[in-house]
Amino acid sequence: MAGVAQLARLLGELEEQLLTCMRCGFCQSVCPLYSETGHEADVARGKLALLDGLAAEILKGPHAVQQRLERCLLCGSCAANCPSGVKVLDIFLKARAILSGYLGLSPAKKLVFRQLLARPALFNKLLAMAPRFERVLARPMDDLLDTSCARFFPPLGERHFKRLARVPLNRTLPELNTDPGASGIRVGFFVGCLIDKLYPSVGQASLKALAHHGVGVNMPASQACCGIPALSAGDSATFTKLLAHNLARFDPDKIDYLLTACATCASTMAKMWPLMCGELDAAGQARVQALAAKTRDVGQFLVEAGLVRGEAPAPREGAKPVTYHDPCHLKKSLDVFAEPRRLIAANPGWRLVEMVENDWCCGLGGSFSLQHYDMSKQIGARKREHIIETGARAVATCCPACMLQISDMLSQAGDHIAVKHAIEIYAESL
Amino acid sequence: MIAPALQNEFARVVGAENLFNDASDLLTYSYDAALLPAQSPGLALRPPTLEALGRVVALCNAEGLPLTVRGAGTNLSGGVIPEGDGVVVVTTGLNRILEINPADMYAVVEPGVINERFHDTAMAQGLFYPPDPGSQAVSTLGGNVAENSGGLRGLKYGVTRDYVMGLSFFDTQGQLVKTGSRTVKCATGYNLAGLMVGSEGTLGVFGEIILKLIPPPSASRAMLAVYDRVEAASQTVAEIIAARIVPATLEFLDNFTIRTVEDFSGAGLPVQAAALLLIEVDGHPAQVAEEAARVEEICRAQGASQVRPAKDAAERDRIWTARRSAIPALARLKPSVVLEDATVPRSQVPALVRFIQELASRHGLTIGTFGHAGDGNLHPTIVFDKRDAKQFAQVRQAVEELFDKALELGGTLSGEHGLGLTKTRFLTKEVGPATLAWSRRLKRALDPKGILNPGKIVAEA
Repeated sequence: MAGVAQLARLLGELEEQLLTCMRCGFCQSVCPLYSETGHEADVARGKLALLDGLAAEILKGPHAVQQRLERCLLCGSCAANCPSGVKVLDIFLKARAILSGYLGLSPAKKLVFRQLLARPALFNKLLAMAPRFERVLARPMDDLLDTSCARFFPPLGERHFKRLARVPLNRTLPELNTDPGASGIRVGFFVGCLIDKLYPSVGQASLKALAHHGVGVNMPASQACCGIPALSAGDSATFTKLLAHNLARFDPDKIDYLLTACATCASTMAKMWPLMCGELDAAGQARVQALAAKTRDVGQFLVEAGLVRGEAPAPREGAKPVTYHDPCHLKKSLDVFAEPRRLIAANPGWRLVEMVENDWCCGLGGSFSLQHYDMSKQIGARKREHIIETGARAVATCCPACMLQISDMLSQAGDHIAVKHAIEIYAESL
Repeated sequence: MIAPALQNEFARVVGAENLFNDASDLLTYSYDAALLPAQSPGLALRPPTLEALGRVVALCNAEGLPLTVRGAGTNLSGGVIPEGDGVVVVTTGLNRILEINPADMYAVVEPGVINERFHDTAMAQGLFYPPDPGSQAVSTLGGNVAENSGGLRGLKYGVTRDYVMGLSFFDTQGQLVKTGSRTVKCATGYNLAGLMVGSEGTLGVFGEIILKLIPPPSASRAMLAVYDRVEAASQTVAEIIAARIVPATLEFLDNFTIRTVEDFSGAGLPVQAAALLLIEVDGHPAQVAEEAARVEEICRAQGASQVRPAKDAAERDRIWTARRSAIPALARLKPSVVLEDATVPRSQVPALVRFIQELASRHGLTIGTFGHAGDGNLHPTIVFDKRDAKQFAQVRQAVEELFDKALELGGTLSGEHGLGLTKTRFLTKEVGPATLAWSRRLKRALDPKGILNPGKIVAEA
């Protein structure tokens, strides 16, 4: 391991961005983690101070800083509300990459990212076999939510996890190529791991809506993960590999938009691909920029392209109440919050009832939930309370990761409230 | 380094999970929002109960450990920057609203309750807690009391001091001292609560705080007035007060701030204007209508080139967004920000604004000025790059000149941010040597070992 001075030099590239934090502390008001712990190292201001300390060689323990940096949902609430416009997520992801590069990746992460995630064909094959064993290892908990709980012991512990789809989307529909109809628009469709393997119905609903509106779809076979788990872990090598894999499958010149129904994938593709593509050649980088500019959430696209338009119909008599959870990666990262509500309103069978703090993080945060499940659950409980207060029969959102977390919370509490993607509610009405 | 045996004793009091001794964690308790060198404490503790808090104070005193209480750490004066061998006590675990009493219109809170949460909770019960410091979304009531925080509503509704009915605090022995009461009137004993408000953690450690609540106004109306001359804006303020109208808020933006906010938000502000006044009157609907009309008249009579009343809630929001954008917009110009709060009698606002403009050009500094014109509390905001040592020195020099000017105009060093570390050495200039000596005698009597937030307000040189 090289000296701390070298690490300080690497972190030096973040100096300009770190300097913009004026330590006002306003991030405390929106940080879901700080709100539970009240500990300064858990909020953005504290973490930025830690990186400053490491860069200035005041702190000599990079491991301690790395551990604290990992206590973060990467929800971006701080960045979205920062008076000084500090690009907190950019800084955190780059810092994670620098620290992981310097300290090395843990063996477990190395195995998962380099041997599994970075090899989409193998990843798909293994997970396609998994549902056969799932029944043996876990007992069903809630039919409405399709959750189950481990029969034996950790790693998943008490969690009520969404069962793997019996058949992932990549098996039912390995690829799709349709020509534009009435809309004259052709889109690329990026499936995303969670939709492919846990929520293929969300993928199906998206494709149904696109077909309904005469949108041509290019959904290439063998897509890889968007790369966010690798980025969060600071594994730049795996991220670059996944990015290159996906770049080879989507040609920005042949599609008008690149769509996904996963808020996290959308935000990663639109914001993080361009930020973290430095290891690609110039042509690759240009391709990333072009794809990022064309990236949209599927509902955002339908509204923006004028395909869902006009006044929404009034809810039918006896319409069921549904509440909407704003995924951080859609609202705070991409400023998309009106469009999903418009999709829900298009279905007169449902009546939208807003919950308080509808854009408060659900607490999943990807691998955060694996490493800090207690904290994740505590944050999730707050979300669950707000959902219950509305009396809704279903929660809609636009991110399969949020769906996973919310299902876990509702299922454990035995609430028997359905969890849906906004595009599913829309597709029901077609 | 605090001895392991002593650390274990602290851990027994607050719980091991509430004790932080790792260098990384300690670094996060080394700063506040003031632009000052950071200083990590020797230990940070997060007591989960008031009882544990009292025991921590007693233990610190027994061991002679400097103790700095920290809420959200939003101070603009270095008030929570600790001593290197000292203990930081974080109050975020003491965040219970113990009572809201609608019949007697008061509330009892622990010191770590966040201002905005308290405001919203009281409002849900039809009661109003007016003090609204800019940091209200995160800052704690304990911190607000310790700094005697103000806010936008100061002119009509007063500041934190005006809402503290009573409180309890731990003396250095960890004994609980009670002062004030749940009653409107209280003439029992010394007014120790009055002494504790604004004491910046140097005289005692707050336990429960009793706060006054009032009925909220049932209506309000906001407007924006545009001026070609700062004097005309200031004369408007004087005329409004002379007409016996006390607006809830009366905010001022200078030309530089107007242009910066406009570049930042494109809210449609008149970039040529020398000054803007943002005015809101509140109260009974009939009174609001009458006062709003009268204020509009006064603005025009004093030469406002435009007066834009907010027709609805959306327009009102737009007006206040312009004010709220002042700090974010200015902060994005340069990496470092110094936000001052020198305050003068309201009739002296034009003189102070002129002086600040002259100060900026003389030192080659970028200064935007905005603030509470109604109560003479302006926020000259200097933006620069702290890595430029020469510029930083110039900023310090300019701030010192600003203090002198504020005093010359009959004002005060600090309207609402407190002295902390930044202004302590200027205290004598304002109050004279006798006041300082008396304050020091008081401090020595109450805190013989000097453990309570050393270096703040009355630091011995």
